[in-house]
Amino acid sequence: MAISLTLNGEARVIDADPETPLLWILRDTLGLTGTKFGCGVAQCGACTIHLDGTPVRSCQTFLGDAEGANITTIEGIESPAAAAIRAAWTELDVPQCGYCQSGQIMAATALLTETPKPTDEDIDAAMDGNVCRCATYARIRSAIHLAAEKLEG
Amino acid sequence: MLHHLTSPIAAATPSRRTFLKLTAGAAGGLLLALRLPGSPAKAATGDSLVQPFLHIRADGSVMVLSKHLDKGQGIATGLATLVADELDAAWDQVQVEFAPANAEVYKNLFFGMQGTGGSTAIANSFQQYRQAGATARAMLIAAAAKAWSVPAGEITVSAGNLSHASGKSAGFGEMAGLASAEPVPAEAPLKTPDQWVYIGKSFPRLDTRSKTTGAAGVYGMDQRFDNMLVAVLARPNRFGGTVASFDDSAARAVDGVSDIIGLPSGVAVLAKDTWSAMQGRDALSVTFDDSAAEMRSSDEMAKELAELTAQPGLKAHGEGDAEAALAGAAKVIEADYSFPFLAHAPMEPLDITVLFDGSTATFWTGAQFQTIDQMVAAQVLGLTPDKIAINTLWAGGSFGRRAQPDSHYFAEAALLAKAWLDKGNAPRHLKIVWTREDDIKGGYYRPMMAHKVRVGLDAEGRIVGWNHRVAGKSIMIGTAFESFVVKNGVDETSVEGLGNTPYALENLHVEVHNAKTAVPVLWWRSVGHTHTAYVMETMLDRVAREAGKDPVAYREELLKNDPRKLAVLKLTAEKAGWGTPLAEGRFRGVAVHKSFNSYVAEIAEISFRDDGTVKVEKVVCAVDCGVPVNPDNIKAQIEGGIGYGLGAILRNEITLTAGEVDQSNFDSYLPLRLTDMPQIEVHIIPSTEAPTGIGEPGTPPIGPAVANAIAAARGEWVTNLPFSRSGLA
Ligand code: FES
Ligand code: FES
Repeated sequence: MAISLTLNGEARVIDADPETPLLWILRDTLGLTGTKFGCGVAQCGACTIHLDGTPVRSCQTFLGDAEGANITTIEGIESPAAAAIRAAWTELDVPQCGYCQSGQIMAATALLTETPKPTDEDIDAAMDGNVCRCATYARIRSAIHLAAEKLEG
Repeated sequence: MLHHLTSPIAAATPSRRTFLKLTAGAAGGLLLALRLPGSPAKAATGDSLVQPFLHIRADGSVMVLSKHLDKGQGIATGLATLVADELDAAWDQVQVEFAPANAEVYKNLFFGMQGTGGSTAIANSFQQYRQAGATARAMLIAAAAKAWSVPAGEITVSAGNLSHASGKSAGFGEMAGLASAEPVPAEAPLKTPDQWVYIGKSFPRLDTRSKTTGAAGVYGMDQRFDNMLVAVLARPNRFGGTVASFDDSAARAVDGVSDIIGLPSGVAVLAKDTWSAMQGRDALSVTFDDSAAEMRSSDEMAKELAELTAQPGLKAHGEGDAEAALAGAAKVIEADYSFPFLAHAPMEPLDITVLFDGSTATFWTGAQFQTIDQMVAAQVLGLTPDKIAINTLWAGGSFGRRAQPDSHYFAEAALLAKAWLDKGNAPRHLKIVWTREDDIKGGYYRPMMAHKVRVGLDAEGRIVGWNHRVAGKSIMIGTAFESFVVKNGVDETSVEGLGNTPYALENLHVEVHNAKTAVPVLWWRSVGHTHTAYVMETMLDRVAREAGKDPVAYREELLKNDPRKLAVLKLTAEKAGWGTPLAEGRFRGVAVHKSFNSYVAEIAEISFRDDGTVKVEKVVCAVDCGVPVNPDNIKAQIEGGIGYGLGAILRNEITLTAGEVDQSNFDSYLPLRLTDMPQIEVHIIPSTEAPTGIGEPGTPPIGPAVANAIAAARGEWVTNLPFSRSGLA
């Protein structure tokens, strides 16, 4: 079945089983491997993408759900919030192994887009679903605050 | 079609005696005397300077070859720092990639084989990588001296530039080709610490960009090749079980599935993509033979360990007469501890891609023990190790999981590739993907351990005798490392941190029992220290409080002969304001431990939530790891080490019911999350001592520091882990 959607700003028609998780469409069908497989059951956030601007777990979002939607992945995210997040991540050297960081950046960018000056409680609520086995959490929190400052200019 | 595996293929364990000759190492590490054919990368073009550890290209880039796997610990940047400093390169011209598998050139100097582990990467490379930088620098200078007809001594090098007072100057790239014709100096002089430009400063990691942009091809999981097939395996659901038979008719009907292959380790479903392979696996029907499997529950196993510690064990360490001292003690404090199996659960589950053409094989993965991986694959495929190429990739964590003495995941990939060819297929890239469930249920856990401790005190509260019994499955027995590490039945990694404690303890006696189970066990970030530090540091706290002494002062007294451990303890106490009043509902606990030749003290400040669970608010830490090569990375490793240890101590355990693992994913093996993470403050002791480990030493003290803080509040020490068992998490 052919599903039409917009992926990183480009109109795409994807012919695959609509029950396939978007994660595997992105990674295997389209070769966008920046979105990571961590658990497959919406428990870790490594696979976080934006669907119409909202962060979702692509391992539990199915191709059929994306009909007509606007999908953004780590490869395609470009916005003032995303730029501020990346700059802060780089400045504080947040990543260790890095495997969770695509998902962290997608979640943090969504947070900052929605809430340009997040409190620690906002960060807790937005980021607790994103696991980092390297435990870079303290830097993630600091980097979100730093990005918020950068955004403010 | 119903398949019966009547005679399973021989298990792919390395017959180590045939190719490994273990010899005692002068450096006190593992030395495997072996020679593998193959040579380091050769010069590709005449305009580059190609050395084993770095390539300087005509475009001026300096490519450092990391012999170590970077699984997040930052070693790639660390090694590049060493090279760049002695070379006087500009930081922005430095790049890094992983070295090929070649034990002769890229061995870990402490292991004698190529491999990363035991927090040895900087320690064993510190001299070697600096020397590599200095050598290349000398060759560039020699080339410039010739080209400019000036004495070499008059040439200065700074930030990637060679220059002479006459006004002549050149970038490294311009001189690289000429330098390659220069003789390699035997021993180019190294800088003195006051001349370092990068060492000791926090230069940014070289891998941050690729890890914040979703760059392709970074991890093993992301490898893609034309025509590649993805394999997911149905493995036995009990350890020691084997495949008896399987029915694959439904699996073959799944869209995208191309073949099903029975292997000794499980049944592989090969498909055009990962999702199809996973669905194919779901449709398989497999019967396992559990006749040789571990059928017990973890509770039964824990009981066995506790019973073992009631009996004297093999002597691991003995000084004086502990029993006599305990008999004569004014007071004896006794405690029993129980530690669960722990999964590593790195963020990237295991994966490996193989291409085998019948005479050579190439692998792509985050390889951590390349030499063993190479030898195991060679043995499975009937080749010599030089016919096995390994492309080491960045790993999404490991914490020990990828450092495999039996290289089981390489063996499985090699068997699959061989079976694929044996069926008459053309060579094809095959990628095995482990799901999170495969990872959590897959074994190779931190062993379940039990400790029984009896400490004797005199009337003044001084320790007069200490008997310590440990029981659990040895990590080393039965592996290629056994004959080196295991002495008189004692695996040092089961008891490390006890007998060799820097505390001045009289009449200290350590005994060990090696339990048997088919559950495979492995080193898990900080190995034996994961449990020994917990017991040692909670017992000392308990003893101090029984004696009516301050826990920090009591430890200081026992550390008089170890100034480095004493210094981290004192600094931590000072920075944490030990002894100063705390806000209402806050409690402090301290722990200090030496591991991997580094010293770490941690003071945890905790509170309790309304439901009685513990919240770790803040951890203050001091570390002495010798020369701090990259202070910010040291901080990152301590932060990560604390988080990793804390998650485990709070609520991680792998349990078995009738031999089957109860946990399967992050909804049952609950990882540390952002809201669990304390604020962390790290202080680094300035040092000119040789650098020592940093990837692991942050982990051991956090558990006991938090347990001691809980005891400060409640007067009781948690001895049955994890804390969730006592409603504390
Ligand atoms: S892979 Fe989707 S949440 Fe873990
Ligand atoms: S950086 Fe390794 S899992 Fe987050």
